[in-house]
Amino acid sequence: MAKKKAEGYLSGRESRRISRANRKVTNELEKKRKRKKVPESEYLTKMHDPDNAVEFDNLHTYFFTDAGTVKSVDGVSFEVPIGKTVGVVGESGCGKSVTSLSLMQLLQRPQGQVVEGEIRLNLGDKAVDVAKMPYEAVQHLRGNFVSMIFQEPMTSLNPVFRIGDQINEVIELHDGEGKSKEDVKKRTIELLEMVGIANSEGVYRMFPHELSGGMRQRVCIAMALACNPKVIIADEPTTALDVTIQAQVLDLLRSLKDKINSSIMFITHDLGVIAEMADYVVVMYAGRIVEKGTAEDIFYHPAHPYTIGLMASKPVVGRQVDKLYSIPGKVPNPVNMPDYCYFKDRCEMCVEKCGGEYPCEVSLSPTHKVSCYRYYDGQMPEDVNPAAAGEKAENGDPAEGQKPGDLSTAADKDQEGGDVS
Amino acid sequence: MSKQSGSAGGKISASDTKGRGEYTPVTYDPQYILMVNELKKYFPIKGGMMSRTVGQVKAVDGVTFNLKRGTTMGLVGESGCGKTTTGRTILRLSGEKTGGQVLFNGKEVYELSNKEMRSMRTKMQIIFQDPFSSLSPRLPVGEIIGEAVREHNLVPKAEFNDYIDKVMDNCGLQPFHKERYPHEFSGGQRQRICIARALALNPEFVVCDEPVSALDVSIQAQIINLLKELQEQYKLTYLFISHDLSVVEHISDTVGVMYLGNLVEYGKTEDIFRNPLHPYTKALFSAIPVPDPNAKMNRIVLEGSIPSPANPPTGCKFHTRCANCTQRCKEEAPMQREVEPGHYVVCHLYDK
Repeated sequence: MAKKKAEGYLSGRESRRISRANRKVTNELEKKRKRKKVPESEYLTKMHDPDNAVEFDNLHTYFFTDAGTVKSVDGVSFEVPIGKTVGVVGESGCGKSVTSLSLMQLLQRPQGQVVEGEIRLNLGDKAVDVAKMPYEAVQHLRGNFVSMIFQEPMTSLNPVFRIGDQINEVIELHDGEGKSKEDVKKRTIELLEMVGIANSEGVYRMFPHELSGGMRQRVCIAMALACNPKVIIADEPTTALDVTIQAQVLDLLRSLKDKINSSIMFITHDLGVIAEMADYVVVMYAGRIVEKGTAEDIFYHPAHPYTIGLMASKPVVGRQVDKLYSIPGKVPNPVNMPDYCYFKDRCEMCVEKCGGEYPCEVSLSPTHKVSCYRYYDGQMPEDVNPAAAGEKAENGDPAEGQKPGDLSTAADKDQEGGDVS
Repeated sequence: MSKQSGSAGGKISASDTKGRGEYTPVTYDPQYILMVNELKKYFPIKGGMMSRTVGQVKAVDGVTFNLKRGTTMGLVGESGCGKTTTGRTILRLSGEKTGGQVLFNGKEVYELSNKEMRSMRTKMQIIFQDPFSSLSPRLPVGEIIGEAVREHNLVPKAEFNDYIDKVMDNCGLQPFHKERYPHEFSGGQRQRICIARALALNPEFVVCDEPVSALDVSIQAQIINLLKELQEQYKLTYLFISHDLSVVEHISDTVGVMYLGNLVEYGKTEDIFRNPLHPYTKALFSAIPVPDPNAKMNRIVLEGSIPSPANPPTGCKFHTRCANCTQRCKEEAPMQREVEPGHYVVCHLYDK
């Protein structure tokens, strides 16, 4: 216990040393970003697959704090295909939001920095690497190509401006060239109607406090859609809302996505919402992706012990268990991550190899990838392309893939056995 | 005007077939730890000259239920429907009630003297929703948990420390956590502190006001399991307020569905989840997202949002959003009726 205290303790001198070293790193990065008139060639890039709207490639986003470097996002790679919804799930603090903020370049500066990796954004006729772009250039992307719906509709609207003015501002700033004031207003009213606000003229002149939570979230959605973005990031858009209002907002998002044909990156910790909305699911844990695949892959054949645990710990209506499964332990300290699998200390399905270095990605099927040693041995399924299986992955076999499902049902049976009384 | 609507409110909320307008007092039945009869809590709206009362927010408008010893009742509904106010009014935490009865162990809570109320407080406790704002940032955890114990002289001074250790151990906290401050803990740990604080007084009845809403899924499971274990160990009775229906189904024996200050449906958990009767309950249940990508979506999407409780609709309060609304619903407030044994619903559709 005393030892534990000593472990986290930092003397003033150490802390100062860390912050000096941090400043050195962050100043350099900031300088690079603040340059003016950077030639476009510097950040132009090519999409690996032209059907993707966004490609995150080995993204590392670190926060340089006085207590040490927090690796919030540590080597994340996934794609958001055009016209699809990608759900990102994970506990709070696992780096879901930081991933999306890296794409928007809205990280807390100067501590938060993208230190490595690429974020390729498809602009139609060309592609850019957002991670290398200077501030000046990113401003043209926000709103027009990428926009964001935030978690708290209560705090993301400005309380002292009217709803109409706040949406007008977005249009004027990003898409206002050659538009008169009337045009902008017309567009705003049209947006308000599109998100299902009946009294759009009235709401145009209201203040945020006059609206309910669901209405405010609709306004936020209208604001995000103002300039027909290619990618919409929805960061827990329904967490603060009631189930009935949540259903309304989800329906709205789904219908709007088809209407303007954009992609959605949907961040949430609610597995039920993900199942309903997402075509592809990415499960994150402690800054890394532990499993990704189509919604069917993840929900019907969860492979990573964390995903399995997450599913088992959520009570589901109609499924009776006496005791909910809860993942033991807690997330490792983000400043001092272990060098083995981050989930090992909480994992109940450990194998011997787990003591080794962090497992790399293994393909279970062309779409389903998991980072876990349990799937290393075993035969490679015929239909898997070895090139897609990650650098040194050895691939798991489908029979192995079934195993976790069996385990979880066995656990369920045990729990049900206790329920009879 | 306000007087008129007040009397109308009384009629609407007649949720017992006997009690119309004014409530009929209930007599104590020893199997129930808590009997709530036609409970009402209105908040005044001040305005105009001299800040007169210009209207009333009918937060709780005639709620009736009985709670058996050692069981859990879940209270669900949208935000603003009066769930939390019900919980607080039962504990006499929000001033005087407006009407009705709250019998705790046969005693009317609102008729107790200050001194009696003080000792009664140890028997009924509350766990608040947000573990981040309900703990004093300036007190160490041992003091937070032990303050009320010392205040009520529940244990002799010599045993005080051991007692706190025991309570903390029961709630999954380590003895060395005692000297730490709340900011040093994660959300789940803080909620454990809140639970320990409530249980240190050895209560019989605990109001859990959305205890897991602010927590992650995996932590949620830990806290729910803890609450269930403690219930078995100490024979606790819970009033579990939540808007998460899956959690409520998991933990509750009976469920009450609230809408705009009224209980619209009340019954055993199995009955309600197997056979929801009230249109609002049906809509609420269909809105639960199911973690299955191919699940069929037969969703009843409710239009609009909850009406203002300061000016509730006439007749059935739900008629503005109800798909099965008839002329009668707009004019006449429905009565509570028992459709199956122990399964009550307040809706005209089930009048036979």
